Amino acid sequence: MKQSDRNDRLSVLKTYKLFVGGKFPRSESGRVYEVTDTKGQWLANAPLASRKDARDAVVAARKAFGGWSGATAYNRGQILYRVAEMLEGRRDQFIREVAEGEGLSRAGATAAVDAAIDRWVWYAGWSDKIAQIAGSANPVAGPYFNLSSPEPTGVVALLAPQESSFLGLVSVIAPAIVTGNTAVVVAAEGAPLPALSLAEVLATSDLPGGVVNLLSGRTAEIAVPLAAHQDVNAIDLAGADAELAVELEKAAAENLKRVLRPQPVDWAADPGTGRLLAFLETKTVWHPMGV
Amino acid sequence: MPVFEYAPAPESRAVVDIAPSYGLFIDGEFGEAGDGKVFKTLSPSSEEVLSEVAQAGAEDVDRAVKAARKAFATWSALPGSERAKYLFRIARIIQERSRELAVLESLDNGKPIRESRDADLPLVAAHFFYYAGWADKLAYAGYGPDPRPLGVAGQVIPWNFPLLMLAWKVAPALATGNTVVLKPAETTPLSALFFADICRQAGLPKGVVNIVTGDGSTGAELVAHPGVDKVAFTGSTEVGKAIARSVAGTRKKVTLELGGKAANIVFDDAPIDQAVEGIIGGIFFNQGHVCCAGSRLLVQESVQEELLDALKRRMRTLRVGDPLDKNTDIGAINSAEQLARIRALADAGEAEGAERWAPECELPSHGYWFAPTLFTGVTQAHRIAREEIFGPVLSVLTFRTPDEAVAKANNTPYGLSAGIWTEKGSRILAMANKLRAGVIWSNTFNKFDPASPFGGYKESGYGREGGRHGLEAYLAGAAEPTSERSEREGERDR
Repeated sequence: MKQSDRNDRLSVLKTYKLFVGGKFPRSESGRVYEVTDTKGQWLANAPLASRKDARDAVVAARKAFGGWSGATAYNRGQILYRVAEMLEGRRDQFIREVAEGEGLSRAGATAAVDAAIDRWVWYAGWSDKIAQIAGSANPVAGPYFNLSSPEPTGVVALLAPQESSFLGLVSVIAPAIVTGNTAVVVAAEGAPLPALSLAEVLATSDLPGGVVNLLSGRTAEIAVPLAAHQDVNAIDLAGADAELAVELEKAAAENLKRVLRPQPVDWAADPGTGRLLAFLETKTVWHPMGV
Repeated sequence: MPVFEYAPAPESRAVVDIAPSYGLFIDGEFGEAGDGKVFKTLSPSSEEVLSEVAQAGAEDVDRAVKAARKAFATWSALPGSERAKYLFRIARIIQERSRELAVLESLDNGKPIRESRDADLPLVAAHFFYYAGWADKLAYAGYGPDPRPLGVAGQVIPWNFPLLMLAWKVAPALATGNTVVLKPAETTPLSALFFADICRQAGLPKGVVNIVTGDGSTGAELVAHPGVDKVAFTGSTEVGKAIARSVAGTRKKVTLELGGKAANIVFDDAPIDQAVEGIIGGIFFNQGHVCCAGSRLLVQESVQEELLDALKRRMRTLRVGDPLDKNTDIGAINSAEQLARIRALADAGEAEGAERWAPECELPSHGYWFAPTLFTGVTQAHRIAREEIFGPVLSVLTFRTPDEAVAKANNTPYGLSAGIWTEKGSRILAMANKLRAGVIWSNTFNKFDPASPFGGYKESGYGREGGRHGLEAYLAGAAEPTSERSEREGERDR
């Protein structure tokens, strides 16, 4: 009856942690919450991030902004592509986590993970093209050189969509950071594990610490201090329900954060440039022209 | 050296015929406010009452929005090339009537005729020309192959450039197929009402442009009206925040063009004479009633003395007085309320230890006046270095290194504009890169053009006006509300 000694082996479970400033801390609150699959089976205890964790993440994101926004577009593109490379190697892990978290078939989860990997590649290519698409040389009526170029808006809070724990997550992170913004991301509340595992990929993809910070927990609890934070420049409300979104948008008015309201999105469809443009400012430089 | 005084050279008022009273312009007709309320608009240089204007209430705003909704169906369905022709007509009529409008603007606003004639009016016409040309080319603008208008635009504009701000709002809105309800500022409503007459002369269909005059409460009604699909506001950051709160949870698209506290940075290798002219224009243009005014002068320590001497010498030549005099550099402060605000902030500058200086100048006995003023010894903690004064008051700070200049320039919740003065090209580009502001003028200041996007970072608001970028605010993106939704809401309103 020794069917297989190997199958009797007790597996090593993973302790999921937050990702802040390139490090993997537990929540400062010491809290966790139970994450289950769609049938209610226990999967893991995820960190239940606190307001303090959210504020720490903003500090880390702000600290990383100068270096990341100042990096060349070529460099940022290379790093996003590197994320895709790292993900490809862990494809099976993500397929399992997405299938369990979202209750998808293996085929469904595979499609979502493959699309997410391809999305990193797609956005990697945008790094050195968005300025050409969104910028312009302006023919002003006078002897002036006049050029408009897009620049990152700063620290962006991203509430990841609840219904698409990995493809949706990647679809909000990649467009925000490829242009030079840094991000504080709140993972899907019910299925945070793919996000927390993505952090391990980001940490090994040459992405500077603090560019992406990932928090798991109650979206409403973490989002409120982020929307009110005076050092956050923009917020993507994709993961907020209608009632919460109104409250957060009001809070965001206090320092005139750029707000991307929740809207129906088909995460599998071609994303277009909307999410890239939402977190860009246009800077116009004038200089006299003559000899 | 003998001093040659200027003889008075007033522009004639005869070219403009101001009626004793004006109504609201709704659905192509002038009419009284529903409750018959009126307010007076006066000339800030003499306190003379120019006219009486209707104060629109909630009911009037509702009527205007419904008129705009009704007109939207046909206006948005017109081929772009036809809309373009209406805008070209408007541009031409503005050019024809520009002398009349310049005098009117100077009378109602207090700005020198030199500026309304040579800056405001040419730019107003140019904006309509520029956006006219976009109306039939929207599919090429980079906002998708099938760009659609949003519906009814509710637009609220300030008193510093009454007609120019109208052009910035109305031209792109009409070019993209939206219809408009515009509320001009309480103290400067007249040029917008004259614009209504230009719309009539151009044969613009009824209801495409509606003008409701009134105070802040009228603006608040307009912004909050459920039939409005798009809100465009230029004004104070405080009101901008209130608007952002009021549209929370709605599908209204919003652009806000708000305050600023621009740093005008002068390096030791700057061409001093040109820099002085730029500093003067940067802060004293339009009495300093400019959101992108260069109100914080950052001077490199090694040239501080030389620059300030030259600046004071130049300030002594500024002529303050009658806005209609062609030799006037600085006109009247727009209102008693604004004058009080400027005085309070300037007094705070003195009380907090900065040193105040103004050239000797005789101010007229009637009207609202403030002499061009300079503060030295200003630190970043002073209110005059942090708060927008919106008047002819310049605060001077110093720096030693480019890094220090960047840190001080960016040390503000605003991010509208900045100036850089240096002969070194690589330094201009490096500084321009690091400054967090939407418009950077290097070796020049306060230049505007319809082809050039304008707007701010941070708390200076969101969105851009002007240029290709200015179209985005009036077009629906893939997931944004379409005019069909607006139609349905319109029905509910009816």
